[in-house]
Amino acid sequence: MLQTLPLVFVLVGLVLYTVLAGADFGAGIWRLVSDRGTRGQALREHANHSMGPVWEANHVWLIFVLTVTWTAYPSFFGSVASTLAVALFLAGVGIILRGAGYALRSGVRSDRELALIDGAFAVASLITPFALGAAAGGIAAERVPVGNAAGDLFASWTGPVSILAGVLAVVFSAYLAAVYLAADAAREHPELVEPFRRRALAAGLAAGAVAAAGLGVLHADAHSLYAGLLSRGALACVIVSALAGAATLGFVIVGRFEAARYGAGLAVAGVIAGWAIARYPTLLPGLSVHRAAAGHDTLVTLIVAVVAGGALLFPALGLLFSLTLRGRLAPGESTPEPIRAARPLGGAVRARLAVALLIVGIGMLNAASAPWAHAVGVVSLFAFMIVAFASLVPAALADEG
Amino acid sequence: MSIPPLGAALAPVHQRYLLEARQMQALSFAVHIPLVCFGIAFPAMVLFLEWLHLRTGDPLYRTLARRWSRIVLALFAVGVITGTILSFEMGLLWPNFTATFGSVFGLGFAIEGFSFFMEAIFIGIYAYGWDRMSPRAHWLSGIPIVITGFTGSLMVISVNAWMNHPGGFALHAGHVVDVDPLRALFGNPYLWSELIHMYIAGYMVTGFLVAGCYAFGRLRGNRIPPTRYQRVALTIPLTIACVAAPVQVLVGDWVARDVAVDQPIKLAAIEGLYPTTRGASEHLLGWYTDGQIKDGIAIPHLLSLLAYHSWDARVQGLDTVPAAQRPPINVVRFAFQTMVGIGTLLALLGIAYLVIRIRRRPLPDSRWVNGALVLAGPAATVALIAGWVTTEVGRQPWVVYRVMPTADAVTGAGGIPVGYGTLVVTYLAVGAGLVWVLRRLARAPLSEREATLPGAAGATPQGP
Repeated sequence: MLQTLPLVFVLVGLVLYTVLAGADFGAGIWRLVSDRGTRGQALREHANHSMGPVWEANHVWLIFVLTVTWTAYPSFFGSVASTLAVALFLAGVGIILRGAGYALRSGVRSDRELALIDGAFAVASLITPFALGAAAGGIAAERVPVGNAAGDLFASWTGPVSILAGVLAVVFSAYLAAVYLAADAAREHPELVEPFRRRALAAGLAAGAVAAAGLGVLHADAHSLYAGLLSRGALACVIVSALAGAATLGFVIVGRFEAARYGAGLAVAGVIAGWAIARYPTLLPGLSVHRAAAGHDTLVTLIVAVVAGGALLFPALGLLFSLTLRGRLAPGESTPEPIRAARPLGGAVRARLAVALLIVGIGMLNAASAPWAHAVGVVSLFAFMIVAFASLVPAALADEG
Repeated sequence: MSIPPLGAALAPVHQRYLLEARQMQALSFAVHIPLVCFGIAFPAMVLFLEWLHLRTGDPLYRTLARRWSRIVLALFAVGVITGTILSFEMGLLWPNFTATFGSVFGLGFAIEGFSFFMEAIFIGIYAYGWDRMSPRAHWLSGIPIVITGFTGSLMVISVNAWMNHPGGFALHAGHVVDVDPLRALFGNPYLWSELIHMYIAGYMVTGFLVAGCYAFGRLRGNRIPPTRYQRVALTIPLTIACVAAPVQVLVGDWVARDVAVDQPIKLAAIEGLYPTTRGASEHLLGWYTDGQIKDGIAIPHLLSLLAYHSWDARVQGLDTVPAAQRPPINVVRFAFQTMVGIGTLLALLGIAYLVIRIRRRPLPDSRWVNGALVLAGPAATVALIAGWVTTEVGRQPWVVYRVMPTADAVTGAGGIPVGYGTLVVTYLAVGAGLVWVLRRLARAPLSEREATLPGAAGATPQGP
């Protein structure tokens, strides 16, 4: 149980990353294929406006997955990262370019510049989902052995299962993005709902077709995984995933995009859970969850940290999404009443306080050597910096006025 | 001084391109760390401005805060990707380090992941919430950004401090056992000096760089007197940096004494001290060769005095370990002297500014003063990177000090030069793009009614 719980965290993070960041990459893919002219421009503009506020937060899920994996299952992480180095590096380059595209967009002034940046960075939206999907496919097809770069650097992620998983990741990202953008357009740009709805349907059907073809590929290329997926628990997950996939398309047809997003998320979760159950307890050939897991203290501390972190994180995420989804948090733009500050200390008092703090700081940090003295010294010096800043800046601003 | 052999989790593989792997890692850090400084310090400056606005109702502060918040966002976006690359490299370049010690240090990064997450969320709320929340709620939404800037540094530095002064585990027949991650990360006395040193560096780098941008504007448009906007934008970051710079010298002394105790060989490399010496001299400048400093300026007893606060203290020399266990002396020494030299100049600049302000004189708007301020920002950045070179190269040849050699940690995969080259080209392109976008953001004036979403800048006509 203790040794499996972090794996559950990793899988949940993976689902969230696929759904949230997938929609982000998909938005980039649609930018690549949307037609030129004003309507294409409007579509691209909408894609950027919708994703802008949330994209950093979406991408941090990947960091969550990486850090929990290397803390809880270090040798699994080392083996995977070293053998799949090329695929992961490509994914990393794609992430750099994708993020840079966002940063650069804020300085754009003409449509020509915009088209240039979108063109250059949209390619990145293809690379990253494909490479990450291919890497996952390599693990699923048992092409990653335990060891420091013990597997083949290229063959490990270019087998049939990898290609299938990569293509599925790309098509699925495009689907998620179209659904998300259609939902978002319904609020502000009703004329954009229909184009994105049609795109969502096309991509959704394509994703379904790739997934169905995937069963044949698994049968041929990863037979033990195929057999595992047909065992009881895993089969239930696969069926749930297929039903959710069909339902999400139905939601798109009737224009219920929010429900379609949850359906898509459930479809991904089904696939990932089915894969995990089919394989459990094997992580890599010859490496079980129990052998790879870190020691008791590390796992307990990690689980406590993740639960505590989640307790802080989810309310904050809810706040962010409510801001971006509802468009505003509270009636804004009222002129604030000037806050009356506490009566400031006299200049001479503050100067003497600053000097006193500096002397205590130097004495405790630089002359003394006990740890407690150093702590007092550091606190004194920080207090000195704050008092000095607080007494210099208002005067400086007043002088300037 | 014999070191027990380590049974790494994965079998070590000989890597022809170990040096290139280290350089690639160093490049990734050097790109990321200045962005970290902005994550640490810039939100606090923006919040201070917004607080001034709330207190006085003066719209100028709000305009400036709002413009800076867009720069915070753009730099954070780049910081997210450079940070993601660093976490990839933990596996891509050093899989055996992570595989062997992930259970010891990994927790620090896992918590840092949450901290980073909270930072991303609240930066999103803050930067996009200017017109969508009550002013006070908006200001409050910035507080978590400042807090997570600190906790993020705490977590990352806790891992680095552990690499330099490892603990919280035992080796049993070469294998890592009895792991206590909390003791490893936070029970480490080495952590605190390193953390405070970096945190203050964040304020110095950000303060001097931001002030330098406005001083640069003064250099170019010197004929017209500065507007109030320009003076406010210069004064606040400059005052912060100038208060921090002299304090950094004091903190640096603390760091040096910790290094002397915990990493004597690093100290010996910093000073180029070959024989173990009582009352050792400090050498300024010069070059280490054949066990001594050539063409340096020797100051008798100063090293013993600085490192141990004692006239005749014994300072351990490089001769106490085999040659294979010494870091590259001149790299470490040159980096250290660069950091200390620049840091001293910046501290003097800071004291000069403070004296001027205490006497309530205006800061002269001359070419010399503005020129010095323009140089201070890049100089502080160089000092920052030189400081990290000192501590990271000074740790070599160990990745985990005196436990795991870097050569055992590196990946066995081929193609490191290809990856390194790709990363260089990518970062050069991103760097050029970032300079371009920051110049654009600096020029486009923000009207109060301007939409907050990116892309809206495209619709804004260029103002005066």
